[in-house]
Amino acid sequence: MGQIQLNQVTKSFGAVEVIPPLDLTIEDGEFCVFVGPSGCGKSTLLRLIAGLEDVTSGHIAIDGNDATMTPPAKRGLAMVFQSYALYPHMSVRKNIAFPMKMAKLPEDEQKRRIDAAAQALNLTDYLDRRPGQLSGGQRQRVAIGRAIVREPSAFLFDEPLSNLDAALRVGMRLEISELHERLKTTMIYVTHDQVEAMTMADKIVVLQAGLIEQVGSPLDLYHTPRNKFVAGFIGSPKMNFIEGPEAAKYDAHTIGIRPEHITVSADEGPWSGVVSVSEHLGSDTFFHIHETGLADTITVRADGEVNFRHGDRIRLSPRADMIHRFDAEGLRIA
Amino acid sequence: MATQHSRSAARLMMAPAVILLLGWMLVPLIMTLLFSFKKYLPLRGGDLGWVGFDNYIRFVTSSAFWPSVLTTLTIVGGVLVITVVLGVFLAILLNQPMWGQGIVRILVIAPFFVMPTVSALVWKNMFMDPVNGLFAHLWKFFGAEPVAWLSEASLSSIVMIVSWQWLPFATLILLTAIQSLDSEQLEASEMDGAPKLAQFGYITLPHLGRAITVVVLIQTIFLLSIFAEIFVTTQGSFGTRTLTYLIYQRVLESQNVGLGSAGGVYAIILANIVAIFLMRMVGKNLDA
Amino acid sequence: MARSVTQKRKIINTAAAWSVGLLIFFPILWTILTSFKTEAQAISDPPVFLAFDWTLENYTVVLERSDYMRFLWNSIIIAGGSTLLGIIIAIPAAWSMAFVPSKRTKDILLWMLSTKMLPAVGVLYPIYLIFIKMGLLDSKIGLVVVLMLINLPIIVWMLYTYFKEIPGEILEAARMDGASLREEVLYVLTPMAIPGIASTVLLNVILAWNEAFWTLNLTAAKAAPLTAFIASYSSPEGLFYAKLSAASTMAIAPILILGWFSQKQLVSGLTFGAVK
Repeated sequence: MGQIQLNQVTKSFGAVEVIPPLDLTIEDGEFCVFVGPSGCGKSTLLRLIAGLEDVTSGHIAIDGNDATMTPPAKRGLAMVFQSYALYPHMSVRKNIAFPMKMAKLPEDEQKRRIDAAAQALNLTDYLDRRPGQLSGGQRQRVAIGRAIVREPSAFLFDEPLSNLDAALRVGMRLEISELHERLKTTMIYVTHDQVEAMTMADKIVVLQAGLIEQVGSPLDLYHTPRNKFVAGFIGSPKMNFIEGPEAAKYDAHTIGIRPEHITVSADEGPWSGVVSVSEHLGSDTFFHIHETGLADTITVRADGEVNFRHGDRIRLSPRADMIHRFDAEGLRIA
Repeated sequence: MATQHSRSAARLMMAPAVILLLGWMLVPLIMTLLFSFKKYLPLRGGDLGWVGFDNYIRFVTSSAFWPSVLTTLTIVGGVLVITVVLGVFLAILLNQPMWGQGIVRILVIAPFFVMPTVSALVWKNMFMDPVNGLFAHLWKFFGAEPVAWLSEASLSSIVMIVSWQWLPFATLILLTAIQSLDSEQLEASEMDGAPKLAQFGYITLPHLGRAITVVVLIQTIFLLSIFAEIFVTTQGSFGTRTLTYLIYQRVLESQNVGLGSAGGVYAIILANIVAIFLMRMVGKNLDA
Repeated sequence: MARSVTQKRKIINTAAAWSVGLLIFFPILWTILTSFKTEAQAISDPPVFLAFDWTLENYTVVLERSDYMRFLWNSIIIAGGSTLLGIIIAIPAAWSMAFVPSKRTKDILLWMLSTKMLPAVGVLYPIYLIFIKMGLLDSKIGLVVVLMLINLPIIVWMLYTYFKEIPGEILEAARMDGASLREEVLYVLTPMAIPGIASTVLLNVILAWNEAFWTLNLTAAKAAPLTAFIASYSSPEGLFYAKLSAASTMAIAPILILGWFSQKQLVSGLTFGAVK
């Protein structure tokens, strides 16, 4: 079980309120991702749930029981830290055993769980090494192993992949997703990377300045962002925003259109502009278009085959059904 | 950044150290303050009642007072200047590539291991003795008249002995600091055409600022209260009576506790003046 | 980046550094050498460096005449005991300051250091009185407590700087893993800080070993450590240079040897953890 409920939770550091009153429920078994730019309070929120920080006011309930004042050790949660936070003076085996040793589990049960975790995480050959002798990915697995053996009611991940290089990150992303499929345990995952959020989450919580901007499934957020911030934050490359007369045509203060929802051609389309930079990724090509009279730059995703050069004047056509409309406050117009 | 729980735990865990030090500071301090307002002669009648500020006036008007303050400051200042200047020089030297660096470093640190009573005795007898000391032999070898170091040049002799003891410390801290200097900075300045001397002045020395602060702070703490070096060599004669030694003589030799305590209060005030200076300096430098 | 240096420069550097190093070390070397001479050779004119009849006579005389082993034992108990006690009290305090810092943490640290500036002589008589009242005069336990208190600020300061380098996340991980505060400090923090603790212990053993104000003024015969042992040679009999040298060598040898065996920790400790 692992349902976590935040009720009117706030957090201030001195006079600075980093989290204004916030309500959120994470259902049992859910993979919930907190995403937002750095300094948005997502890590603070996670630490509040972990019990590493006190809430300033409000309540946190785990499985329906008030855990607001419960110390971290007693909350039944496991955490994987950004720096992995392995104990450098202990072997991998001892690292993984540590939480069970603290819980005074019988030796044979400890051994059984260590072996199972090591098996699942491909760590069997490394059990007697020290963390210092492991690669980044292996350390990450040890940290996860240490979390698994506790059989917690929920896992908390604090930007666990940000110290890995790009290739490893994709692999670990898959492994964590698989782990979730297998264990079906609640996971709360903090990241600033919207790609991680989109690919892993059942539910994404987008935060900015301590405020929840939107909660929803990845596709909800992609298709119907509640406001300009979410629209701009989710999706890569970023959504194009256009203001002024063009937006007025759609009865909006601002309209947004994603790069993948614009088609380019040499001579057809309502908008026009000059190619400034083209990024060829092979499968796709991104064009950065200037001199459109709409916005400084408009980014367009085209098929990898399409080839325009710097300085070419081309025409753009947005897909009408994919235009997002926002009012002057940046809120979505339904 | 922590929970209420860990904050109260922190207070609890800090308590023993804080309470012990508070007691260590306050109890004797208050007693000293009380004694300083009394005529208190343990061997000649004991506590003879309150005398107001008499002790303070007597201590400060005694002919020994100002010279002792001056002696104290001379020793502290002299040792600081010598150890910092030589320390910078030595640190730069030891930072150069060479053979047997580890051994040289051990040789240089060694004086720090020597207890003050030993070093004072060794210097006094085996080096500075005007008849049998090594310096006397050296002077005679060059045809000069041997110097009676501890009576004719007593203050400089003491400064020298104490500098010898503290030079290792200064050198080591400065060496550690120099080693942390980013060599790319030096290379960049070389590319910019800075001559060696300018490099030293504009890059190395400012980089050492923090380390020098630490040296000055820690050495001052210890130097203000040097005792054994004087106790074993001159017993405070020949103008080497520091404030510490003067008070020691009043309290233990003349057994005038009231007067000595008043002196103690002066010493505490002097130390605090120096401390405020230093803390200002360090507080600023330690944050950086 | 290592830069290629000409052989010539390296030779010059080596020569200069070794000369300075030997010059600084010379008084110690001279003392050790003299301790193996006869009294006549010790003051011979011109002085002899190595070409003398090596003898152990001075050591036997010193050992017989003054009870060296008792002074040594007192030094060990006083230096070791005060350091150990200090460490036990300082670890929790340093933990608090390093991992649960508050606005007052820095003030408390500076205040602790400032108690070191309190001139010992200013409080000599009160301490003397307290010691008499409590029957601590000339007792090892009394000196252990006093030297612990003197060095406590330095121990706290050093441990604090070492602890601050340990990432707080690791301690938080221990907390999440269900460790109590005691377990967190005992199983995670202390083992991780062993090198720093070792440096702190070494430096403070040396400081306590060499402390020569309280040890001279608060002891007589029973509890006197080596500082007092050697001070007794400052009387005219100190003119026996060879014996003085033997006694001096015996007083500093334990620390010199300790220093040589633990160079790395010591070098780190000697900087009081204040410079990285």
